[in-house]
Amino acid sequence: MRKSLLLLAAASLTFAMAPAAHAQDKTKACFVYIGPKTDGGWTQAQDVGRMYAQEKLGDKVETQYVESVPEGPDAERVIERFARSGCDIVFTTSFGYMDQTVAVAAKFPNVKFEHATGYKTAPNLTTYNSRFYEGRYIIGQIAAKMSKTGIAGYIASVPIPEVVMGINAFILGAQSINPDFKLKVVWVNSWHDAGKEADAAKALIDQGVDILTQHTDSAAPMQIAEERGIHAFGQAFDQIQAGPKAQLSAIIDTWGPYYEKEIKAVMDGTWKGGQSSWDGLKDGILTMAPYTNMPDDVKKIAEETEAKIKSGELHPFTGPVKKQDGSEWLKAGEVSDDGTLLGMNFYVAGVDDKLPQ
Amino acid sequence: MLIAESILLTIATAATPLLIAAIGELVVERSGVLNLGVEGMMVMGAVCGFGAAFVTGSPWIGVGAGILAGAAMAALFALLTLGIAANQVATGLALTLLGLGLSGMIGEPFVGRSGTKMPVLDIPVLSDLPLVGRLVFGQDPIFYASILLVIGVSWFLFGTRAGLTLRSVGDNHNSAHALGIPVLRYRVLAVLFGGACAGLAGAHLSLVYTPQWVENMSAGRGWIALALVVFASWRPWRVVAGAYLFGAVSIGQLHAQALGFGIPSQFLSALPYLATIVVLVLISRNRRLTLINTPACLGQPFVPGR
Repeated sequence: MRKSLLLLAAASLTFAMAPAAHAQDKTKACFVYIGPKTDGGWTQAQDVGRMYAQEKLGDKVETQYVESVPEGPDAERVIERFARSGCDIVFTTSFGYMDQTVAVAAKFPNVKFEHATGYKTAPNLTTYNSRFYEGRYIIGQIAAKMSKTGIAGYIASVPIPEVVMGINAFILGAQSINPDFKLKVVWVNSWHDAGKEADAAKALIDQGVDILTQHTDSAAPMQIAEERGIHAFGQAFDQIQAGPKAQLSAIIDTWGPYYEKEIKAVMDGTWKGGQSSWDGLKDGILTMAPYTNMPDDVKKIAEETEAKIKSGELHPFTGPVKKQDGSEWLKAGEVSDDGTLLGMNFYVAGVDDKLPQ
Repeated sequence: MLIAESILLTIATAATPLLIAAIGELVVERSGVLNLGVEGMMVMGAVCGFGAAFVTGSPWIGVGAGILAGAAMAALFALLTLGIAANQVATGLALTLLGLGLSGMIGEPFVGRSGTKMPVLDIPVLSDLPLVGRLVFGQDPIFYASILLVIGVSWFLFGTRAGLTLRSVGDNHNSAHALGIPVLRYRVLAVLFGGACAGLAGAHLSLVYTPQWVENMSAGRGWIALALVVFASWRPWRVVAGAYLFGAVSIGQLHAQALGFGIPSQFLSALPYLATIVVLVLISRNRRLTLINTPACLGQPFVPGR
């Protein structure tokens, strides 16, 4: 009830502000956001990307967005309104919008859709994602080098393949340095609750964790890390301001160039549906914040790994890798295919948690 | 620091904003007014508290600004529901929406800024006592304010004449009016007090709990505070029990997860709510007790002379 009221308010506000008649020669790109555009994390990174594309493409493009759209049936109404209101391309920027985007895309074959982090496509629906796991492998290595207790804490949001993949990449990175490295995982079942994230951070630190990493949207865990004098990694955004002594690095989402490219393709008539774009460090869709608060030898390892991943020499999910239950997943030298990664629903060995099913 | 002590401290931090907002709303409801806008007042308290502290550099000014912001929102609510007898439920919901939207707008320049954290009060020697030292003698000022608030409200409602009058206004505004009691004046003051408390709770979020501004950072705590008032059947000390029970289960489930017991995390995340509902049901089984404590005129508009 409350959510839908909020949504209505948000939606009507945005549409009221949209110009009644926009010039037809302008390409209109519309964005659906899961959180407020100033969340200091995921959605803010999306909005920075939108503004980047707007600035690069200038007057020929008009961008619109609706913030704080809950995942689930409510999202469908917002996406459909966008499709009806003359958007040429609609970007739905959260995993949970997948089925709604598919449904609306089927109804509006002339509108183009792009869904972030999902795996369902259609003739007018392309998915795009970022190989965040490449960054998580690097920070896993840093964590194993920097931790004294040999245990890191992972504040996770909701159990979807993307998040599980991140956890696995982190532990694999850590194990490549210290095979006995342990990882405690706490799920807060929310993307955006600063208080809960702070509580989770405190609980993990109390249980002996001295490195924190997160897959939630606020900088609260970074602040707690700073306060308690341990290290942490920023998420989606450079969070060095929240943790000048705590932040080791951060995985920064850099969507701008991708949005520019895709909107440009719509303008030129070269946009293609049914694609699954999954770029990584080498394409610049994610970048690493400066490696700080660590000795030079650790920094060197991180930089080397980053270079190896960029050059394609190293793939974080390369065998031998065992699943948590001890069964073999990847044979020595075998590299996981993208499909398995995108649908990942199991932990690799070394994660001290049972995956919620 | 012992792990148990650290856990207790975390629970106190999690429970304090709930407790403060709930104790304020309790007074409001005891006067017969239902203000569903706690979430909106809280989030306004959070943004104004953070903003004022950020600009001036003083968390104390921040706390003051938070309280004022909450009270200002409550004044708007009072104007509408008591001044022109608008529907309290609808107005309260609108207040929440307004607060969430307005706070986002006000807070835009503060996003991603690191705030000033309220300093903790540290009484030497005593705060070094094992287990309870930091909990009792080394907390932030707002924690102490929350305890003083409960003591004060409890004493006011059940130990003073004005408190008795306030309760009578909430139980039967027509009789109170016939006796010459200024019903609306009592209600306006109660609503303002409730708003100030919600604002203080918000300031706790952005100055103590997580010293930063994040849009929508109250994250439903205003609604939990509202539920706690009912859970406590409008008794101040039960609000304390409720807030700390909720806080304890919330923190406990995070620890259970970190220990890796293998209990599904979705279930654990729902536990605080489940526990609160169970206790709510158990308490309301005693009909007599519930009836005695429920303000009989709760949510009903009062127009003098009708």
